[in-house]
Amino acid sequence: MSNGVILFHTTAMAMKAEKALTRAGYPVRLVPTPREYSSDCGIALRFTVVGKDLVVGVLESSGVEISALHEIK
Amino acid sequence: MIYLDNAATTWPKPPEVLKAIAYVLEQAGGNPGRSGHRLSIAAARVIYDAREDIAQLFNSEPERVIFTENVTYALNLGIYGILKSGDHVVTSSMEHNSVMRPLRDLEKRGVKLTVVQSKGDGTVNPAEFAKAITTGTRLVVLIHASNVTGVIMPVAEVAKIAHRAGAMILVDAAQSAGVLPIDIQAMDIDLFGFTGHKGPLGPTGTGALIIGKNVDTNQIVPLVRGGTGSQSEKQEQPEFLPDKFESGTSNAVGIAGLGVGIRFVREKGVKSIWEHEKNLVRVLREGLSVIKGVKLCCPATPFESVGIVSFTAQGKTVSEIGQRLDEEYDIMTRVGLHCAPAAHQTIGTFPQGTVRLAPGIFTTMDEIKQALKAIEKVVQS
Repeated sequence: MSNGVILFHTTAMAMKAEKALTRAGYPVRLVPTPREYSSDCGIALRFTVVGKDLVVGVLESSGVEISALHEIK
Repeated sequence: MIYLDNAATTWPKPPEVLKAIAYVLEQAGGNPGRSGHRLSIAAARVIYDAREDIAQLFNSEPERVIFTENVTYALNLGIYGILKSGDHVVTSSMEHNSVMRPLRDLEKRGVKLTVVQSKGDGTVNPAEFAKAITTGTRLVVLIHASNVTGVIMPVAEVAKIAHRAGAMILVDAAQSAGVLPIDIQAMDIDLFGFTGHKGPLGPTGTGALIIGKNVDTNQIVPLVRGGTGSQSEKQEQPEFLPDKFESGTSNAVGIAGLGVGIRFVREKGVKSIWEHEKNLVRVLREGLSVIKGVKLCCPATPFESVGIVSFTAQGKTVSEIGQRLDEEYDIMTRVGLHCAPAAHQTIGTFPQGTVRLAPGIFTTMDEIKQALKAIEKVVQS
């Protein structure tokens, strides 16, 4: 399993990502952006899936721009 | 009451719009996209849903929808954001003051302005635009449907002419959004401004500028800068969309209503809304044309229009007609210049103006017939 948090420049993209990943059937959760990572927009997205490539693939095909993706080991 | 002032603001609103507004005030009450807690996320979701519905209605991308407080702000953002001293801008003589006043102001600051004279019947000829637009033209601004005559302007043709010369086109869709089928990509529109409280059935205080896919947003300077909830470590404005142009806490309450209004329009279908309004104004024009002393302000040849009809009457001032329709017959209209002095000068109704009748999505044919009877009585007594 891959566990991680995705950061976005703008809230609009966090919302777009949540919709795209939920539609694709991945369990995701919007959370306050962890301060240790960034001061980008206030909302980040937590995910737990089999492999982060799946998440990145969905986001790319949905036109979501992210600012960073951090895997949590 | 018969409400025929939908071109000023649509009324009533669908009950769903009121519920959406109450939902934000009662439940999704956080600051959208600022704090990250559940209430903040709920408000951000409401705003994003509205972005998505708007993008789908006009064929754009959610992040290219820039929320503003009305169409005037959206048009100002497009005009002041693009034009610099030395630039050339072309517009029509049928524009509203939301376009004319910013352009006349910029004219004093070194922007070269060409106003293409429309015909006396208020129609716009693309060939006249072709003459005015040169390779030095930076922007063309055109109203999509006249707020005085209802006539639909040849926006897609003028967009082609503008692009051939390397200019951008900004469209004022105040009277067409939510009423006409609009695909901004198919029509090749660069910048598209609309207001939320008219055809989209939202509350006042809402609107948006949609930035076309091919527009380089580096060319547009924001009107306002400030907090965006993003890149907070920086003292400079972010460059990405929509934050570059959306500073300060958004009108989440209003946008919630706007989003649901747009959804209502999408479910009804803009084509059927337009057909409904066309039917009503056809009967209005036919009925008015046989009332003695009434002069319709519209082209004599066939034309396409939105739900707006303007008229004057011999021997009566427009204000007298408007006041009597309100006080004696409970009919709401708008008389005068409709914030569009240039348009009234063009069609020869300046400075008195016209009586404007604007049915909407909820207006019935029976109300139109009652209104015609009332107008006949007022005009002839």
